Amino acid sequence: MANVPAELKYTKSHEWVRVEGDTVTIGITEFAQSELGDVVYVDLPAVGRTLAVEEVFGSVESVKTVSDLYAPVAGEVVEANTLLTSQSELVNSDPYGQGFMIKVKVSGELPSDLLDASGYEALIG
Amino acid sequence: MNHLSNGRMKRVPEPELIFTKSKKGRVGANIPTCSTPAVDLSEAIGDLREDLHLPEVSELDTIRHFTNLSQINYGIETGFYPLGSCTMKYNPKINEATARLAGFANLHPMQPVETIPGALELLLGVQEMLQEITGFDNITLQPLAGAHGEMTCLMLIKAYHESRGEGETRKVVLVPDSAHGTNPASAARCGYSVKSIPTDANGNTDLEALEKALDSNVAALMLTNPSTLGLFEPNIEKICRMVHEAGGQVFCDGANMNAMVGTTRPGDHGFDCMHLNLHKTFSTPHGGGGPGCGAIGLQAHLEPFLPVPVIRRGSEGEVMADYSRHHSIGRVSAFYGQFLMEVRAFTYLRAYGKEKMADISRYSVLNANYVRARLKDVLPPAHDRPCMHECILTAEKYKKEHGIRALDISKRLIDYGFHPPTNYFPLIVPECLMIEPTETETKETLDMFCDAMIAICHEAIENPDALHHAPSTAMVGRLDETLAVKQLDVRWIPAAKETAGV
Repeated sequence: MANVPAELKYTKSHEWVRVEGDTVTIGITEFAQSELGDVVYVDLPAVGRTLAVEEVFGSVESVKTVSDLYAPVAGEVVEANTLLTSQSELVNSDPYGQGFMIKVKVSGELPSDLLDASGYEALIG
Repeated sequence: MNHLSNGRMKRVPEPELIFTKSKKGRVGANIPTCSTPAVDLSEAIGDLREDLHLPEVSELDTIRHFTNLSQINYGIETGFYPLGSCTMKYNPKINEATARLAGFANLHPMQPVETIPGALELLLGVQEMLQEITGFDNITLQPLAGAHGEMTCLMLIKAYHESRGEGETRKVVLVPDSAHGTNPASAARCGYSVKSIPTDANGNTDLEALEKALDSNVAALMLTNPSTLGLFEPNIEKICRMVHEAGGQVFCDGANMNAMVGTTRPGDHGFDCMHLNLHKTFSTPHGGGGPGCGAIGLQAHLEPFLPVPVIRRGSEGEVMADYSRHHSIGRVSAFYGQFLMEVRAFTYLRAYGKEKMADISRYSVLNANYVRARLKDVLPPAHDRPCMHECILTAEKYKKEHGIRALDISKRLIDYGFHPPTNYFPLIVPECLMIEPTETETKETLDMFCDAMIAICHEAIENPDALHHAPSTAMVGRLDETLAVKQLDVRWIPAAKETAGV
């Protein structure tokens, strides 16, 4: 069973969200990285870009496929994980830690349809 | 090095680049001294590079090098090749015999058109046969590959909408989530934005989602039938009607035409155009052995936009290459497309004959269902219903219960002497194995393959390490695909000592 930390929020498209004040950290779940296989390239947005909810903000390329990344919240990108440029394998080895994708300063409320850990566990069966 | 394959001991040389066999001054042929005075080309051309590093080897070493390489190759002529979606059927040798006839092989693409009536007759013959097989009003053989055929169809659709003043409004192309990746790529290349249509629980196009997506912005739906799930779309006529009512066009991705040849025709289902892969369905060489041919079929309303030249019969019954098309999208390839591939396809079609043509689809569907039925207890099909020319199985339970992925099963198959099936496609099936046996395999071969697959599935439970470490009897073991992508290294660079003094 894939690791689904209780303190995080999740999307149906397998992103996770860690809320800290008005800033959130976003990455892809352990389940997502295991489905993708070895990640070889991560394309992330520039700092300063404004994102709308469900907007494509980047992509993850694995040996199997390329997947779009969808913004779980609206806001401004304040950090993109530059470590992933040279160490994309962190997405596989530490998806909830060093393998995060971006940090976003949230504008407005968090979307109400974000899943909690038990909701996401039910989704991935 | 001794190497166990297919249960036989076989001596296989280590693969080595021909460059590493080079010895300075060694030659493969003696060329007589030239009696014409030498000219210093650098005066005419300027500085010439002298560091070509061509290998200097004897004729015998060259022959041994390439013969040995050919012996470690795996192809349809050495074994079963069930690579799903690729239709790796046997290409009869008579295709090669006709393609080498001097009258075809020695034609020059720039010779006057009056001197090639036979070649034009042949092209028209292929067009007419494909027209009859697909049920479309016209065919062009110009596109040079499957994706090129897709793109050409979208260019025709775009020209059609523009001719009706809807070019600026119809900017969206709908593509099911089971589609080949080339579909959205072709649409994007033509300037369209792509909207994904989900597949329903039965493996069919989700009609409700399609209905919602259809509006006056939709230029076309790109539909693969049978789908990449190996399933015939039961609502195909309804889907085409829905798209037409919304003013859109319907393109058929013909990658899976092998399931329909001689049995049913996409032109009759309601499609406006389709592409064919002659290198899949109509037995012209494949992959690295191509080049491919992505012929397309289209209905009459798209004819004004056909790429030139249009090969057709003139008013006096003569075959002509018609360039005078005012609304043409222009050229999509040089000259007449891949002419010698058309010679092969012509030969294949005529050798099969009209009466036997349906055997292609009947046996390809029968063989896929035989494999599906024999493997269903160890590898359940993604959808439990009869399949078309390929069966899509899932290894999900082995991943969950034993840590064995579809990739591990495929790699182990190499140890059993078979080419692996397609893995992880379509993307919507977890731990997917896509098996397309084609019509040219015997029951005995299918049984050997199924026995191997069943044995591997037992190993997955009892001895999973045998799969994790596979292939263990091939010349090279499990390749590091991640490293290969990250540190792409495809060029031989001479070692420093070899370049010294050059």
